[in-house]
Amino acid sequence: MSTYSLSDGLASGAPRVSRAPLLTAWVKDSGAGVLASIAWIAFGLSCLWWTDVGDWSRTHSLGIAAFVIAAVALFGTVGADYLGSAGKALHKRAPWLVALGAFLTVWELATAKFAWLPLPFFPPPQAIIEVYTDDLPKLLDSVFASVKLQLGGYLIGATVGFLTGVSIGWSRAVGYWVHPVLRFIGPLPATAWLPIAFFTFPSSWSASTFLIALATGFPVTVLTWSGVASVSNAYYDVARTLGAKPSFLVLKVAIPAALPHVFVGLFMGLGSSFAVLVVAEMIGVKAGLGWYLQWAQGWAAYSNMYAALIVMSLLCSGAITLLFAIRDRLLVWQKGTVKW
Amino acid sequence: MVATALAEVVTHPAAGAALDIEQVSHAFDIDGAELPVLSDVSISVVSGEFVALLGPSGCGKSTLLRLVAGLDKPRAGRLREDDSRITRPHPSRVVVFQDPTLFPWRSVWDNVALGLEAQGILKSQRQRVDDALDLVGLSSFRNAYPHQLSGGMAQRVALARALVNDPKILILDEPLGKLDSLTRITMQAEIVALWQRKGFTTLLVTHDAEEALVLANRVIVFSDRPARVKADIRVDRPYPRHRGDPYLADLRRQILGLLGLDATW
Ligand SMILES: Nc1ncnc2c1ncn2[C@@H]1O[C@H](COP(=O)(O)OP(=O)(O)OP(=O)(O)O)[C@@H](O)[C@H]1O
Ligand SMILES: [Mg+2]
Repeated sequence: MSTYSLSDGLASGAPRVSRAPLLTAWVKDSGAGVLASIAWIAFGLSCLWWTDVGDWSRTHSLGIAAFVIAAVALFGTVGADYLGSAGKALHKRAPWLVALGAFLTVWELATAKFAWLPLPFFPPPQAIIEVYTDDLPKLLDSVFASVKLQLGGYLIGATVGFLTGVSIGWSRAVGYWVHPVLRFIGPLPATAWLPIAFFTFPSSWSASTFLIALATGFPVTVLTWSGVASVSNAYYDVARTLGAKPSFLVLKVAIPAALPHVFVGLFMGLGSSFAVLVVAEMIGVKAGLGWYLQWAQGWAAYSNMYAALIVMSLLCSGAITLLFAIRDRLLVWQKGTVKW
Repeated sequence: MVATALAEVVTHPAAGAALDIEQVSHAFDIDGAELPVLSDVSISVVSGEFVALLGPSGCGKSTLLRLVAGLDKPRAGRLREDDSRITRPHPSRVVVFQDPTLFPWRSVWDNVALGLEAQGILKSQRQRVDDALDLVGLSSFRNAYPHQLSGGMAQRVALARALVNDPKILILDEPLGKLDSLTRITMQAEIVALWQRKGFTTLLVTHDAEEALVLANRVIVFSDRPARVKADIRVDRPYPRHRGDPYLADLRRQILGLLGLDATW
């Protein structure tokens, strides 16, 4: 009896039962995308509905842009099947789009519309957009100066650190002389050298390059060294019995085996060199994002500060992403590496 | 005895080298105290011979192999390959170590190519790498990385990495120790086939008396540390050998007796 009713239900009830799962499936698939669209419409409305408490020129454009993003989110979600990988990418990021839209709405209301937050210190989104459109040349100059300084210092520091690390790890004589110096000087924060560096070097630019290189070089040296030192003797034995000469042992055994350590050093060096870069730019170099921040603070131009901070964080994050991409390319042989 | 050994040898092409271990003693310094490991070991291996070394764990077998490879220098005595003294490693004497020790950052193909690359002849001899991979049946894994291999496959790659150099003396340090019994038997047959085809001299360290008897034409039994040659047993049986062969079973009982296990067998 019971088995009859079960199969009966399955046969006749199928279309009725499947409607609810279809709905839940649709909500699961497209719910976040639709919500994202709603959040950005809310942001657009919050821009356009009320009048600003201050004088900002980009409010209207920002509202329109929010609507455009809302439309893209909506059509991208509805038409996801026709968009291929772009649709998938949107689907994956939809929850973040919801959060971002909601955050911007609250920010807009809290600053430009009702001034719940004290005003000059908390500029609305349109004020920051205004910086990007109106102060773009200066901002770009600063970005260019920062990237140039950072890149030069970092490359010098990484190269010198890597070579020093390999030499200490490989040669006892080099280790004897360099190790004490490294222990004495290395742990000192590079910024402590700042006053000395700025009057001993011919230009503030070369002084900053030196400091950034120093901040990068220490962790790279130590980790390269420990990487080379920890290479198992078994690898050298294998290579030697196969006819390897010392140069082969360094270049094809020690260095590749130490590479995972080297990348940890490069990562740490990147972090500490960012800190030195900003401080050096604020104090000595009259260019770059650090200097821009300083300058903005001097003029109480708070929107410029936020704008510069956002750019700076994008640049730092981009640099680390790049480093990780290079590492993943070089260390494909490792399993289970952390994805940045 | 010498006559049979020579008879065995002439069936091979003369690709192997003779190896003379003359009154070799060796020791290590541990915490200031001297630990004697080899004591007056003399073994004379004819070109193309397959010699198995058996002995208790820690008696000094791997140490002896390192001396033969030229990785370490003995405290006393001399080692010679054909007529030249062994002072440093040379690709004519290749070791397959107890661990496969593949380079994890190199693909299987690049691992096998290591020797040719180190000697600077890879460019003109790439075919040899392909052939060696074919030989151990891993051509389809040429682009895999070591962490993607099973233990037995890794050990086969290590074997290919050694064989690609066309060694005159192949030194095997328990290369099959970690394999399951099925893979082990297959690999034993492969090693014998290779040895018969190429004719290199082979030194094989093993814990397993049966393995020694199935593979080698001479079994040398060492004493406890410091290792001394306790017995030098010739195995006069044609290949392929059968594990059930009563002649081998008899020798096996004899060898286990030498290793102090006679009561149980
Ligand atoms: N580099 C070393 N330094 C100090 N002592 C060593 C060193 N290598 C080996 N020994 C010692 O020498 C002895 C013999 O070691 P060896 O590796 O030759 O043994 P084995 O016969 O190969 O043993 P097993 O069959 O377990 O591999 C051991 O007691 C070990 O402690
Ligand atoms: Mg051993």
